Amino acid sequence: MPVTRGFTGKRRGEAAGRSDRLPPGQYDVGREWPTLTAEATPHLDPEHWSITVDGLVEKPVTWSWRELHALPGDAYFGDIHCVTTWSRFDVTFAGVSVDVLLEAAGPLPEAAYVMAHSTTGYTTNLPIADLTGGKAWVVWEADGKPLSDEHGGPVRLLVPHLYFWKSAKWVTRLELMARDRPGFWEQNGYHDRGDPWLEQRYQGDP
Amino acid sequence: MATSTSWSTATVAEVDRPDGRLARVRLDVADRVAHRPGQHYVVRLRAPDDYTAQRSYSIASDPADPLVELMVERLPDGEVSGHLHDVLEPGDQLEVRGPLGGDWFTWAGETTAVAVGGGSGIVPIVSMLRYAARTGQADRLRVIAVGRSLDELPYAEELLAAGAFVALTRENLGSRVAAPPYPEEVRDLVDLPTPAERAYVCGSVGFASFATRVLGEAGMRVSEIRVEQFGASG
Repeated sequence: MPVTRGFTGKRRGEAAGRSDRLPPGQYDVGREWPTLTAEATPHLDPEHWSITVDGLVEKPVTWSWRELHALPGDAYFGDIHCVTTWSRFDVTFAGVSVDVLLEAAGPLPEAAYVMAHSTTGYTTNLPIADLTGGKAWVVWEADGKPLSDEHGGPVRLLVPHLYFWKSAKWVTRLELMARDRPGFWEQNGYHDRGDPWLEQRYQGDP
Repeated sequence: MATSTSWSTATVAEVDRPDGRLARVRLDVADRVAHRPGQHYVVRLRAPDDYTAQRSYSIASDPADPLVELMVERLPDGEVSGHLHDVLEPGDQLEVRGPLGGDWFTWAGETTAVAVGGGSGIVPIVSMLRYAARTGQADRLRVIAVGRSLDELPYAEELLAAGAFVALTRENLGSRVAAPPYPEEVRDLVDLPTPAERAYVCGSVGFASFATRVLGEAGMRVSEIRVEQFGASG
C-alpha cells in the first residue's frame, strides 16, 4: 500500500508510552467518551427494566434491577476500544460478571453462541467463550457514576476485549444459541467477532 | 448489500478548502464498488515506517458521480483531518476502504423520508439529496439542515437551491430568526404532503438527541428514526 505523501503521524508521540495497550489503527481519545448509536437513545426507568438469560439454558432466569444489584458485584478497570478507531484508557465499570448470570440459568452443552438483545431492537452476537471466564460484565456504573442514557444506561453489556459495538447498550436479554447468527452491525458489514488486536473491523477481515 | 471489504487506492482528483474549516476531497477510487446514499468510507494514512491512522467520512456524492466526494471537517488537533487540510494535494494517493455502513443509514427512494442533519452531519444527507434529484424522487425526501451560520453549514447554497429547509441557530436567514427548528416546522415536513415513513438523523450527540426528540413530538415513530451520531459525550 502506498505511503501517504507528507504524512508522519502526529499522534504517535502520545501513543508511544502506551503502544502495548493501543491496538493497531486505534488512537487514544483521552478522557472524552464518544458515542455511536444507530437508534434513538431511549430513556429507561430502572424500576421497569429487567434482564433475561434464555435460549439454550436449563431454566430461563429474569432479574429485576433490584435483583441484579443483590447479586455479588464485580468491577472492570481497564481499556475500551471502538471500531471507529478511538480507545479510552483506564475506565472503571461496576456491575455483575456475566459468569454469575449464566451460572444461574445453566447453559446447555450445545450452547455455543450468545445473542445480546437491547430494548431498541439492537442485537450483537458473540461466541459464549467471549462472555465467560471473567471476560464480560453487565454494568450500570462507569467511572463511579450511573451509566447515562447515551452510554447505554441503566445497564449495558461490557465485553472490553472486543470492539465496543459488542458491548450492547440497554441490554435486556442474553439468548444462548447453538449456531452463530449475525446481529445488527454484523448484518451491516461488521466482523462477526471483533477482536481489536487482530483488527477484525469488517466482514472479510482476518 | 454492497460492502467492499478490502483496502484500495484512491487518487486525489480535487481538493477545495473554501473556508479553512471544511475540506471537500474528490477521489478517483480504484476498483470502486457503488455506494448507497448515506454510506461512508474509511481513509487511512500511512507514514514511511508503516505507522497508520484512519478515520471514517461520510460520502457526499451521488453514486453516479464518477468520483467519490468526502467533506471533511477540521477537528482540533485532528491527526487525519489535519493532514487532509494542510498537506493533501491533487495527485496524492490514499488508502481507502468502502463503501461501509450496510443499509441501515441509507436511502435510495424506498420510503418517503425526512432527513435531519446538523453541521457536518448533513454530508450523508447531501448524497441522498443528490440521488433523489437525479432519479426524479425529490418529492420523497424532505431535508432539514441545521447549522450555526450559512458559512458554517456544508453545502448551504446547494441545500437551499434544492429546496431543503435550512434552520440557522446563530444568524437570521431571510425572515427566519436564528433558532433551532421549531416543532411546528419539523411537523410540517414530517406530515406534508403525506406523512413520512422514515426519518434519518445525523449530527453530534447533542444534536441527535434534540432531533430525535423533536421528530418524536412531530409524530415520527421512534422505531422509524435511524440515527448516526458522532462526537463526545460526558
